[in-house]
Amino acid sequence: MATTSLFRPCVGRTILGNFRSLIAPCGNTQVNKQKYHETTVLHKPVAEPISHPAGRHTITMVPGDGVGPDLMASVQEVFQSAGVPVDFEEIFISEVQPGQSATVGSVVESFKRNGVGLKGIIATPSSFKGGVLQTLNMQIRQELDLFANVVRIKSLAGYKTKHNNLDFVIIREQTEGEYSALEHESVSGVVECLKIVTKEKSQRIAKFAFDYAMRLNRKKVTAVHKANIMKLGDGLFLRSCEEIAELYPSIEFETMIIDNCCMQLVSNPHQFDVMVMPNLYGNIVDNLAAGLVGGAGVVPGESFSHDVAIYEQGARHSYAEAVGRNIANPTATILGACNMLKHLHLEFHSRLIEDAVYRVVKSGKFRTQDMGGYTSTSDFTQAIVNNLHTG
Amino acid sequence: MAGKRICNSLLKQFSVPKCLSSSADGTQRFYSSGVQRVTMIPGDGIGPEISAAVKKIFSSAGAPIDWEDVDVTPVKGADGKFRLPQAVFDSMAKTGVGLKGPLATPIGKGHQSLNLALRKAFSLYANVRPCKSIEGYKTPYDDVDIVTIRENTEGEYSGIEHTIVDGVVQSIKLITKEASMRVAEYAFEYARNNDRSTVTAVHKANIMRMSDGLFLSCCREVAEKNRDIKFREMYLDTVCLNMVQDPSQFDVLVMPNLYGDILSDLCAGLIGGLGVTPSGNIGSEGAIFESVHGTAPDIAGEDKANPTALLLSAVMMLRHMKLNDHGRRIEQSCLEVIREGNHLTADLGGSTKCSQFTDEICRRVESMS
Repeated sequence: MATTSLFRPCVGRTILGNFRSLIAPCGNTQVNKQKYHETTVLHKPVAEPISHPAGRHTITMVPGDGVGPDLMASVQEVFQSAGVPVDFEEIFISEVQPGQSATVGSVVESFKRNGVGLKGIIATPSSFKGGVLQTLNMQIRQELDLFANVVRIKSLAGYKTKHNNLDFVIIREQTEGEYSALEHESVSGVVECLKIVTKEKSQRIAKFAFDYAMRLNRKKVTAVHKANIMKLGDGLFLRSCEEIAELYPSIEFETMIIDNCCMQLVSNPHQFDVMVMPNLYGNIVDNLAAGLVGGAGVVPGESFSHDVAIYEQGARHSYAEAVGRNIANPTATILGACNMLKHLHLEFHSRLIEDAVYRVVKSGKFRTQDMGGYTSTSDFTQAIVNNLHTG
Repeated sequence: MAGKRICNSLLKQFSVPKCLSSSADGTQRFYSSGVQRVTMIPGDGIGPEISAAVKKIFSSAGAPIDWEDVDVTPVKGADGKFRLPQAVFDSMAKTGVGLKGPLATPIGKGHQSLNLALRKAFSLYANVRPCKSIEGYKTPYDDVDIVTIRENTEGEYSGIEHTIVDGVVQSIKLITKEASMRVAEYAFEYARNNDRSTVTAVHKANIMRMSDGLFLSCCREVAEKNRDIKFREMYLDTVCLNMVQDPSQFDVLVMPNLYGDILSDLCAGLIGGLGVTPSGNIGSEGAIFESVHGTAPDIAGEDKANPTALLLSAVMMLRHMKLNDHGRRIEQSCLEVIREGNHLTADLGGSTKCSQFTDEICRRVESMS
């Protein structure tokens, strides 16, 4: 546990921490066996890291509902085969299976203690029968103050979709807006739902977006809003973005109305670079954009607070209809886990697994159902494992 | 045409009650056997050109429509605020049906939004947008055939907002049972009248459990009464995700205001943009059909505009007035011209002028009868 505190993550540092340039690509496969983190690695497609992390990391793992447990098993299998020095602290929490669920408090405590986590999708029942308005997801985000959600939309080489060569980033505020869970029935048949927008949180997410753009050498930030209708609420968000934009003169800033933005995304998605938006629009755009590059099964996402980073799928669908059928696509979850390894400065393992995933996708031999094939989750995972050692 | 008019005046003289009925203000109104009056709001920018094109095609098709042009330039009222001229409301009240070109948003404060004013005056509660792939105008998405029906009076666009303390704003999303039932009932009615098989309610009741929950329960209630139409419910995010992967799985979508705004534009994007997407606003006291694209001031008056969106909206209007045959002929002619690809306007990738495009459609409408 002592080692984890060394890696108490800091959002700023880790996104900056792009060590790829330090790792020289290694063309020849090494035949000799080598001990590395107590795990035998047969061949290495990427070079050995220059510095060796001191010990093992513990991360929180929340498998979630639907196919979450299956996907997490894939991650664990791949991690084990790749010799990743990470231990999992698994906690099951669920709203549709309340009997087996841990409390929100224990999940939050674990995330806070470990600072890093891998999370599946916690499904929400669609019929509300009274009780707490906030969903478990909202409660966890609120408790941890996970204000920023980042989804990078990147086309996978070798997997053709309607639009190819996409690479843009969606940054979503996820602690206020429509997701405030403040609702009441004024009189029978009339319901009010409050959408809360604050200057503080709007500026915070805008700053996060511009910092992100600076670090990753992005050129443009687009703020998405509906300030023509919600003049005060979205107006405040827009003004906050404009104020922050002035502090970053090297980055181009533009604004776009949400309905136009969706139309542009399906007709000309290449114009986007970094996008920043309030909660509900983020939910819409995340899913829409994930659909452009292949769907919920291939797009990883991440959520940040000031001291916790959680890695998950970019488009949150529990895929409950696939439970027990061994058909879900583990790509998004495994790529998310790779991003987590980068965050832990395990650049070597991250690259090792990431390259294997890209090779499997590019070869086109293994396609899960959502990608138009018949490969099962376990076969797909096995293919990645096999590819770990064939650089 | 002239013969018909004489015939009508004769009818008026002898006041044959069979095909005529009197509306409240005493003017006589003709039903499907006779000519019907429609309020025409040509609009700004390219509006006059494309409205003229629509009128020309309608007369070629022999559609029994009598246009009543109205000017919507705002006038200053007694209280100093700019309002729409009363003539607009009078005309609409008389005809009950309107066709509207694009309008430029007046800059500066004090102007009442035309759309909002008309929506309120005629309780236009549902916005309908059929999006169908146009053959000959290629986009990455094929086989799109979706109708979005959007609740148009409340939801996120209720306009109730206030600043609680400096830097904290509260906007209210209002969902009522009355409005939700009304739009759900219209969606099923539309599906039945237009031979559609499925109605999908789009919602976010997993997050907004009470407000979207109410909308959803209203849809379920109406679905119970309409067992002949299949009913599905889907989360907004799932719809967005699936929409861009396989739009052919969707049929009629019904949803609250904001989601409808977003999805209707998204669907328009799938088939090639607002330049080819028709739109209709249905109300309890009238209906207004419109093109939802901009006024394109840069090409106004140059005979370069594409009248397709307004023409297809006018076709929707004909169907609404139960003039299905005229509607079908005009629609087929228009789509045929686009499919053949010899006479395309600049926005569709051709170099044909608006007037030539119109003439080509007229030629086909006349030959098809």
